[in-house]
Amino acid sequence: MARVKFDVVIIGAGKAGSQCAVSLRDEGFAGTIAVFGDEPSIPYDRPPLSKAFLTGVEATEDLVLRAQSVYADQKIDLILDTRVIALDRLNHTLELEGGDEVEFDELVIATGARVRPLPFDGVDLDGVTGLRTIDDAVQLRARLQEADRVVVIGGGFIGLEVAAVAASVFGCTVTLVEALPQLMSRTGLPESAAYVAAHQRALGIDVLLNTPVKGLRGEGGRVAVVVLGDGRELATDVVVYGIGVIPGTDLAESAGLEVANGILVDRTLATSDPHIWAIGDCASYPSVFTAGVVRLESVQNATDQARHVARAIATGKREPYVSVPWFWSDQAEMRIQTAGLTTGFDETVVVGNREDGAFTVLAFLDGRLLGGDSVNASRDHLALRKILGTEPSLWSALLTPLAARAKEFSLREFARNVDSLKASETVL
Amino acid sequence: MPKVTYLHADGTEDVVDAQDGVSVMRTAVTKGVKGIVGECGGELMCATCHVYVLKPVNLASERSEDEDEMLEFAASPRRDNSRLSCQIIMDEPLDGLVVETPEAQN
Repeated sequence: MARVKFDVVIIGAGKAGSQCAVSLRDEGFAGTIAVFGDEPSIPYDRPPLSKAFLTGVEATEDLVLRAQSVYADQKIDLILDTRVIALDRLNHTLELEGGDEVEFDELVIATGARVRPLPFDGVDLDGVTGLRTIDDAVQLRARLQEADRVVVIGGGFIGLEVAAVAASVFGCTVTLVEALPQLMSRTGLPESAAYVAAHQRALGIDVLLNTPVKGLRGEGGRVAVVVLGDGRELATDVVVYGIGVIPGTDLAESAGLEVANGILVDRTLATSDPHIWAIGDCASYPSVFTAGVVRLESVQNATDQARHVARAIATGKREPYVSVPWFWSDQAEMRIQTAGLTTGFDETVVVGNREDGAFTVLAFLDGRLLGGDSVNASRDHLALRKILGTEPSLWSALLTPLAARAKEFSLREFARNVDSLKASETVL
Repeated sequence: MPKVTYLHADGTEDVVDAQDGVSVMRTAVTKGVKGIVGECGGELMCATCHVYVLKPVNLASERSEDEDEMLEFAASPRRDNSRLSCQIIMDEPLDGLVVETPEAQN
């Protein structure tokens, strides 16, 4: 049984884990760094798996985040296809599958999440798949090339993106089934969700809301029928499900770290053990953008949290993490981008022109701006991020009441004004 | 293969062989050139691959409207020669491209 020691060990070689290792070097950290990943591939970008990679426009090498040589040049030990099975907090050691032990001074847990399985029988049937890894995407692409009929279970980003690709690129007959009355119910506002539903329907996708699924039925081991809650049956060749994820908290939980949906961290992203951090999809943190703790699944969250923890470890300074959360989804020619955390809003205002298919919905709570969704309006989105990144007391009063002047209101202009307010504030 | 030179604020530089058809952002990120983040993967969405183009000088004028607007929201000051490097695709005519990375990307 071998035993090695690294100054920093990062568990997880996804966007967050790999970014954290590289950012440690950017911050001047000179100690030893190891990154453990349980997939065989070197760290890669996941968003294209349901977009350009699924369509076949991008190849596997386009997904690679950094060439293998980068890790060697930066003296980052990248140890792939290796599972960490136990964490001993008292002795600051990890146990690997196979029995080897790894000692650390600082540990960063970036274990991501796995696809939430369907809660009924039939998941093992041939033709039923989730989407998380390169392998999943390669298999799904092959399925879609052959399939006539596809049923997508779940109306979140993944489901909507796969449905759009299946219908518009592979020409499949697609039904998208969502149990709740609204698409994207976790991140989307009603106005943008309604627009997205109309857009999906315009692509020829049959969008069924308020429609739970009861089960799947196969023929000769292959999926053949999706049984809906009301007893209706949909014949299909392929079932893709995107009903959320399960965060990778097992290791932390069995080591006695506090877990609340994700691994619970404080404002600095440290767990209840000050030398153990958690970042990305697996971490629940108190955000300044909402009440309580949140666990976010996004590129922005993974990279910003990775950089934040790298800085804290490299400099020894523990600062609160305050980055503005943002998300995006591409569905055929449509792009929706969210800035801020809008859950719990009590008012929405649409700015821009919905008829043109380009608009932004802003969400408020007690007159306070929470964030918003931009549909085909990237510049609005960036402006909104810029605004949310500044002190609300600077501009909050200038935003209300907005409803009466929503049509003429320009987010970009407002962002510029906020910028100059900020500059004058600094001078004062 | 066309070469790109990345000059950094600390006075160091990286000279990198780029593949034809690959963006200046992706070239930097895959080769581990510091100072370029490319958070969104080249989707013209995050403004974290901001560069100042030093050579050739006419490249700055090829900004699209979206790119132009987005540069206004980059972390470092926008200048006349600012570009988002995910929007500069390398090819032989661009051999010898020189860009400067800004102080900050986020």
